[in-house]
Amino acid sequence: MGDLRDLYQEVILEHSKAPRNYRELKNADHKAEGFNPLCGDRFTVYVEMDGDSIRDIGFQGSGCAISKASASMMTQSLKGKTRKEADELFHRFHDVVTGQASADGDGPDLGKLAVFGGVSEFPLRVKCATLAWHTVQAALEGKQEAVSTE
Amino acid sequence: MSTAIKMPLSPAQPGRRVRSGFDVEKVRRDFPILREKARGHDLVYLDNAATSQKPQAVIDATVRYYTSENANIHRGVHYLSELATEEYEKARKAVQSFINASRASEIIFVRSATEAINLVAQTYGRVHVGAGDEVLITAMEHHSNIVPWQLLCEEKQGKLQVAPINDQGDLILEEFERLLGPRTRIVALGHVSNALGTVNPLKKIIAMAHARNIPVLVDGAQAAPHVAINVQDLDCDFYALSGHKMYGPTGIGVLYGKTELLEAMPPYQGGGDMISSVTFKKTVYNRVPFKFEAGTPNMAGAVGLNAAINYLNSLGMDNIAEYEHELLAYATEAVSRIPGVRLIGTAKEKAGVLSFIIEGVHPHDIGTILDQEGIAIRAGHHCAQPVMERFGIDATARASFALYNTTAEVDALVRGIKKVQEVFA
Repeated sequence: MGDLRDLYQEVILEHSKAPRNYRELKNADHKAEGFNPLCGDRFTVYVEMDGDSIRDIGFQGSGCAISKASASMMTQSLKGKTRKEADELFHRFHDVVTGQASADGDGPDLGKLAVFGGVSEFPLRVKCATLAWHTVQAALEGKQEAVSTE
Repeated sequence: MSTAIKMPLSPAQPGRRVRSGFDVEKVRRDFPILREKARGHDLVYLDNAATSQKPQAVIDATVRYYTSENANIHRGVHYLSELATEEYEKARKAVQSFINASRASEIIFVRSATEAINLVAQTYGRVHVGAGDEVLITAMEHHSNIVPWQLLCEEKQGKLQVAPINDQGDLILEEFERLLGPRTRIVALGHVSNALGTVNPLKKIIAMAHARNIPVLVDGAQAAPHVAINVQDLDCDFYALSGHKMYGPTGIGVLYGKTELLEAMPPYQGGGDMISSVTFKKTVYNRVPFKFEAGTPNMAGAVGLNAAINYLNSLGMDNIAEYEHELLAYATEAVSRIPGVRLIGTAKEKAGVLSFIIEGVHPHDIGTILDQEGIAIRAGHHCAQPVMERFGIDATARASFALYNTTAEVDALVRGIKKVQEVFA
């Protein structure tokens, strides 16, 4: 298992304390709820589209530092992305937090999201890091049921 | 929260031994897993409300059973079957005397406390709860003492009533009594709350219900490792036990029921062992307790449970309760004096559980950071989501104690909490 500082990097702690885009979107075209029944993390993600691109994205809810920071930084990364780009970014992010790929390897540039690479050393926390991503996928696919990590 | 870290933490006497004559170091040597390392540190196992560790005597009994005693029970004509049956029935008698039941036949082996509650809901419950009837539980129940009753009420169009708790986590007795109505068919409540540690005043509660001829089921999963149980003194009608929470193996539990109730109840599952005779026209059920033990039971589990009970008896439940009471008092004082920490569950009488939250830190993060120090706690809703809702939180961090925990481990927990606060400062 890795060092705690690999998991709780400054930027992650900072986002968890002051999450960005932490708001409901009144004009959301898509909305979904994500739930991790193991720890009680619960987020709602709102997406407003402009054609095939994400014009605006926000989230609300409660959860641990990892899940909240991940949701916050995800909203920053996804703004302006097309559905396809968002999907590719999620797959890349998923591979990195599960340790299947390194943050500096091939694929779409993770940018600041690379700080979540430390999560791969903490397998129990992968679900925390990916909850918001699963939720935004569900939102874009128009699923009505709350997504669950279990 | 940085002030919290600078403040010297001075629990009454760090690392002191508690007063009682209980030799915890000797007890610790009986539990081989306590010699294991976790993440490079000495294991500090404070997740006992989830499951307890096993003394060597329990491990040995299980190995011995499979090594030299195993055969199917109640049916063989041979030596080993006779031996296995004897061991299994010895375990029943051990449970009988452990909870002071009046007869061994009032002890039914099941696979868990959960199954014990489901058994009562699906047999006694289905007979006695009809449309408009009520089942009364409390706001501090584990999901296993909520959902079986919800299923029953859904099927029978009954109504689940929930007696509220106060801000300390005590049942509000006046409200409970008010909810005991003419349609209440059964009361089901925990002896000790797994999320809050509250010990319910069972004798008072059971007397209130019995004054209205309402039977009471007690979920004793969290009580059995901590306090002496006397079902005749309590006068409860049903009592559910979990083997693995009281130093026994997983997959074995107990339902105690008063004879007259058990005899009147229909069977739970059909199968071998629970019958006297079977024809395609009619089956005659076996007598209690066998009527409720369909199929080959968990024989090794029963043998292991017997060993766990012997182990507890050798230490003495009163000694264990006294030691743990002092340990919990020590932990409560040490943890509650850390600035930024709030205890959830401060009932008048508690056993085994210290639930807490740290300002600005989610319990899941607390769990991960403590884990890095080799400290095992639970973070989450503890299968008691309504309890979390009652306190307006999503989750707590829960340290839960066993007879092998020490004040030095509590001190490690305190240092771990300070580390959490440092990371999140």
